[in-house]
Amino acid sequence: MSPLDLKKGSSKKSAYDLRTPFSDVNERHTLAVLVDNVDGVLARVIGLFSGRGYNIDSLTVAEVDHTGHRSRITVVTTGTPQVIVQIKHQLERMVVVHEVHDLTVEGASVERELALVKVRGTGDLRVEALRTAEVFRARVMDTTLQSFVFELTGAPEKVDAFVELMVPLGLVEVARTGVAAIARGAE
Amino acid sequence: MTRMSGAEIVVKALKDQGVDTVFGYPGGAVLPIYDAIFQQNDIRHILVRHEQAATHAAEGYARSTGKPGIVLVTSGPGATNAVTGLTDALLDSIPLVVLSGQVPTFMIGNDAFQEADTVGITRPCTKHNWLVKDTDNLANTLHQAFHVATSGRPGPVLIDIPKDVQFADGTYVKPEKANKGHYAPQVKGDVDAITQAVELLETAKRPILYTGGGVINSGTAASQLLRELVGETGFPITSTLMGLGAYPASGEAWLGMLGMHGTYEANMAMHDCDAMICIGARFDDRITGRTDAFSPKSKKVHIDIDPSSINKIIRVDVPIVGDIAHVLEDMLRIWKARGRKTRSEEVAKWWKKIDGWREKQCLSYEQKGPIIKPQYALQRLEALTKKYDRYITTEVGQHQMWAAQYLGFEDPHRWMTSGGLGTMGYGFPSSIGVQIAHPESLVINVAGEASWLMNMQELGTAMQFRAPVKQFILNNERLGMVRQWQELLHGERYSSSWSESLPDFVKLAEAFGAKGIQCSDPDGLDDAIMEMIEHDGPVVFDCLVEKHENCFPMIPSGKAHNEMLLGDASTQGAIQAGGAVMV
Ligand SMILES: Cc1ncc(C[n+]2csc(CCOP(=O)(O)OP(=O)(O)O)c2C)c(N)n1
Ligand SMILES: [Mg+2]
Repeated sequence: MSPLDLKKGSSKKSAYDLRTPFSDVNERHTLAVLVDNVDGVLARVIGLFSGRGYNIDSLTVAEVDHTGHRSRITVVTTGTPQVIVQIKHQLERMVVVHEVHDLTVEGASVERELALVKVRGTGDLRVEALRTAEVFRARVMDTTLQSFVFELTGAPEKVDAFVELMVPLGLVEVARTGVAAIARGAE
Repeated sequence: MTRMSGAEIVVKALKDQGVDTVFGYPGGAVLPIYDAIFQQNDIRHILVRHEQAATHAAEGYARSTGKPGIVLVTSGPGATNAVTGLTDALLDSIPLVVLSGQVPTFMIGNDAFQEADTVGITRPCTKHNWLVKDTDNLANTLHQAFHVATSGRPGPVLIDIPKDVQFADGTYVKPEKANKGHYAPQVKGDVDAITQAVELLETAKRPILYTGGGVINSGTAASQLLRELVGETGFPITSTLMGLGAYPASGEAWLGMLGMHGTYEANMAMHDCDAMICIGARFDDRITGRTDAFSPKSKKVHIDIDPSSINKIIRVDVPIVGDIAHVLEDMLRIWKARGRKTRSEEVAKWWKKIDGWREKQCLSYEQKGPIIKPQYALQRLEALTKKYDRYITTEVGQHQMWAAQYLGFEDPHRWMTSGGLGTMGYGFPSSIGVQIAHPESLVINVAGEASWLMNMQELGTAMQFRAPVKQFILNNERLGMVRQWQELLHGERYSSSWSESLPDFVKLAEAFGAKGIQCSDPDGLDDAIMEMIEHDGPVVFDCLVEKHENCFPMIPSGKAHNEMLLGDASTQGAIQAGGAVMV
């Protein structure tokens, strides 16, 4: 190795960690952002994304620590690895942000989304909708003689698949929470 | 536990933070704070003539002292007028603490008189901002604001204070007792990464140090360490517009400024080097030119306190997150401990090559005939003011680039210019801020006639507060930089780039009680400049210069460092469609 061939990136201890050399392929990443739950915190985070032209595919937010007033924002975003690292650093330097975890690269994680799906129909369509719901382990939250409201929890792809199947069976309306995500394991 | 009104808390917190000067403009929503200022003598209030000028004056104060600049404005229009200065300070990493009045909390959201969503408007142009709804939180927030503005990568912060919060009583806490929150950027660099950078110093055949405003923001120790690094290694050094003065212009290793209007030798060295040490600069588009052709043969080290600056534009090999002074200290220590090695023979060959580029004399020009060339005016200004305790500010345009090229800066904190935002109207108020901080020094604003008119109302401020600032206007009766681009890019169609109906600058100065000087004769220039320097008071110097001079060297947009234009002869067809869309 020539003496000028230094290894890419700096050591692990550095705040900067280059995972992959730069690629131009877009990747989907799920970020967990722990923030102070103060006035305007969501506007700040969203403003960063819109102001710098980053994508938001899904966003969820709720206070997770009521005594410390911490909220957890889960953002699903797409971008090249370089952009994803930029987003992480841009978030980390905000005064309201405590921690940013890129769950997509920090090891295995679980992602779940909750959906409420309203379907209208009678006869065979109604029977088929209920059967499909059982296959997906969706629960019936409300029913009338012409309709169901199903509650479904699962990975976003599962919710997508369920909603697609409901279209010919009389889909009326869908409400989705967006993704909540957490790392697997004891840590 | 001391109880006092919110307005008194503001003044007390400013005093405890060591503030001696506030730049501002009153209005209904800040009257309680103005009342508290009236009743004390430790903090001086400088009444500007427009809130934008308050922010730029505070920037000048901050950049020339290293302390944060303080601004006080009223709600609504007062706050919106401050937006340009906040954005300017954000892009140039200047610490400002801006206090704005707000309508009382119980009226917020009602479209009350002079209500504006100030925290909403200024969120993207501040490092952080706060709306204080409870007087008991006020002292803490103020102290936290100073902490955020001045630590890590410095920047502007804003605190919006509703009028009822200023009137109500609350508890004061001292800075030492305040809860500053968890914001604490890393200042020590990673030793492994610094060691890798040292290895690069040791093995580089064609090294270059590329420095920026981060060196100046880090403090005088950083400039000292930088000088030591250059002195010990003998490596060539260049700097961005923002970093001028960190290394002395008279230093042997100095290549001049780099970038769009940088010197031939600096840009060629950036392009051909094999090791680039970027210290507190951010690979801005004015520096890199075409990014895919930027310094293709080099290994790059980037030292920056802001991790988000690293790998944002240019991919680097050795990223080091930390404060410049801390990192340079470690770097020098490690390099010395390993035996102070450089490849001196190879570096000497590199210098030969650089000397060849220097021979181009890219900044040469000819002063002949009866019309003053702007370059000549600046060269004379440099010669005649060099021995003074001198501070320079600028407006934005050709004159700004010529000032960067033809004036030499020996020390940090002596050069204030709007780099990132390029704000016309910055220089005059900034010079007032500098002069207030350094009452005995010679403070000169190198201006274009068009920029200067953007904040000319500040002559009133300069007169009132006896700030003997010198306004050195290079009057080409053109929006010169715009005209230059139109010449090169838009077929010489000079759309709205004339300065028509210009005032008589001498009479204008006199109308405010200041001194006006006009000079159009190259032979009379020295005497006129001396007259300006020697006058004890503000001077407006109307220097009539060549109207169609272009600023060279120039790297056209969309071109690489080694595709520089050196003079008018080389401009034909130089900028192609791809470059024309860039700014
Ligand atoms: C507030 C603002 N508006 C517009 C511009 C765009 N602009 C850049 S340079 C320039 C012309 C400046 O003219 P002048 O101050 O006379 O300086 P010169 O280039 O002639 O030296 C303009 C309009 C700017 N930088 N800032
Ligand atoms: Mg002009």
